[in-house]
Amino acid sequence: MALQTATGQTQCPECLADITLNKVMQNEITQCPGCGAELEVTALEPLTLALAPQEEEDWGE
Amino acid sequence: MNKPRVGVLYSRVRVEEKLLFEAFERRGVTLELLDDQKLIFDITDVDHHPYRHFDVIVERCINHSRALYSLKILNDQGVKTVNTALCADICGNKLMTTSALAAARVPQPKAFVAYTPESALAAIETLGYPAVLKPTVGSWGRLLSKVNDRDAAEAILEHKETLGSYHHSIFYIQEYVKKPGRDIRAFQVGADTICAIYRTSPNWITNTARGGTSSNCPITPELAEICTRAARACGGGVVALDLFEDPDRGLLVNEVNYTMEFRNSIAPTNVNIPERMVDFCLDVAGRGWNAANGWSEDEQPHLASISLAEGASA
Repeated sequence: MALQTATGQTQCPECLADITLNKVMQNEITQCPGCGAELEVTALEPLTLALAPQEEEDWGE
Repeated sequence: MNKPRVGVLYSRVRVEEKLLFEAFERRGVTLELLDDQKLIFDITDVDHHPYRHFDVIVERCINHSRALYSLKILNDQGVKTVNTALCADICGNKLMTTSALAAARVPQPKAFVAYTPESALAAIETLGYPAVLKPTVGSWGRLLSKVNDRDAAEAILEHKETLGSYHHSIFYIQEYVKKPGRDIRAFQVGADTICAIYRTSPNWITNTARGGTSSNCPITPELAEICTRAARACGGGVVALDLFEDPDRGLLVNEVNYTMEFRNSIAPTNVNIPERMVDFCLDVAGRGWNAANGWSEDEQPHLASISLAEGASA
């Protein structure tokens, strides 16, 4: 089974701008072209975005 | 071997994860994605756990602690992973990395460890100014301090002890290397140094995550040799090494990263890094960790005791 993706339009939870997403996956990170907020895809059906979590101390490579 | 069963342990899907997923798909491998936000491990069950059907699990967590503990549990349950808990334990902590590199006689900047502000100040003055204070666990150049004089040293040490959590009072102090406005990020996959970039920045912190720009760095025999030795000292696998060019001592290994980011390095090097990572993961699935690294079977423990940050070893 191929990895599940979705394409469609949704809103930025920060600035409410319309955002078109193309073949995004669950938990994918994207950026709002309007306000620059870092966003996470939290659902594919319907396409839903949430603000990505704040960086934590042990994050990184 | 039939089609390998590959899992990917991840936190969120960044550019790197998407490129990896696509590379696996091109090989006809169906991935099972393991979201670390939803995972529950029964760490007492080593016989009937739900991960025993995997030929390999690829770790791509953002949190070091989640990666390290998950890899430890999986390796103890007999699951092959890329990278191993040993590699994550060493590379995820600068103190552990420095100690492992030193044991293997890999050239690196001078570094001291001290446990009190007073002894840390003495260590800084022994190294001389400027010196660099780093948290032992951390990434992307965060909370690095270039300490230019005694006044700055006293202030930073007091702030770290007062405002930081307990592990900020494990003082890791590194010599400041006067690099030529750039450092090197090299990519090691098993026994091969597959490509490298120069990271150039007017700032002393050159991470591309902090605005450093990247360009291709040719792989010289000297670079490949030091990277291969350093990777081996840190447990092998797929790692990204940061190196300084010292005018007198040559290449020095600064850091080794075990959940490497590579989005800014594919174009300048023209090397398909995710494809090479997939090659290695499938090799581990088929032939095992040691063979994929080019080691003999009795070399390097695959399973090892573990420590998180400055906690005691198991």
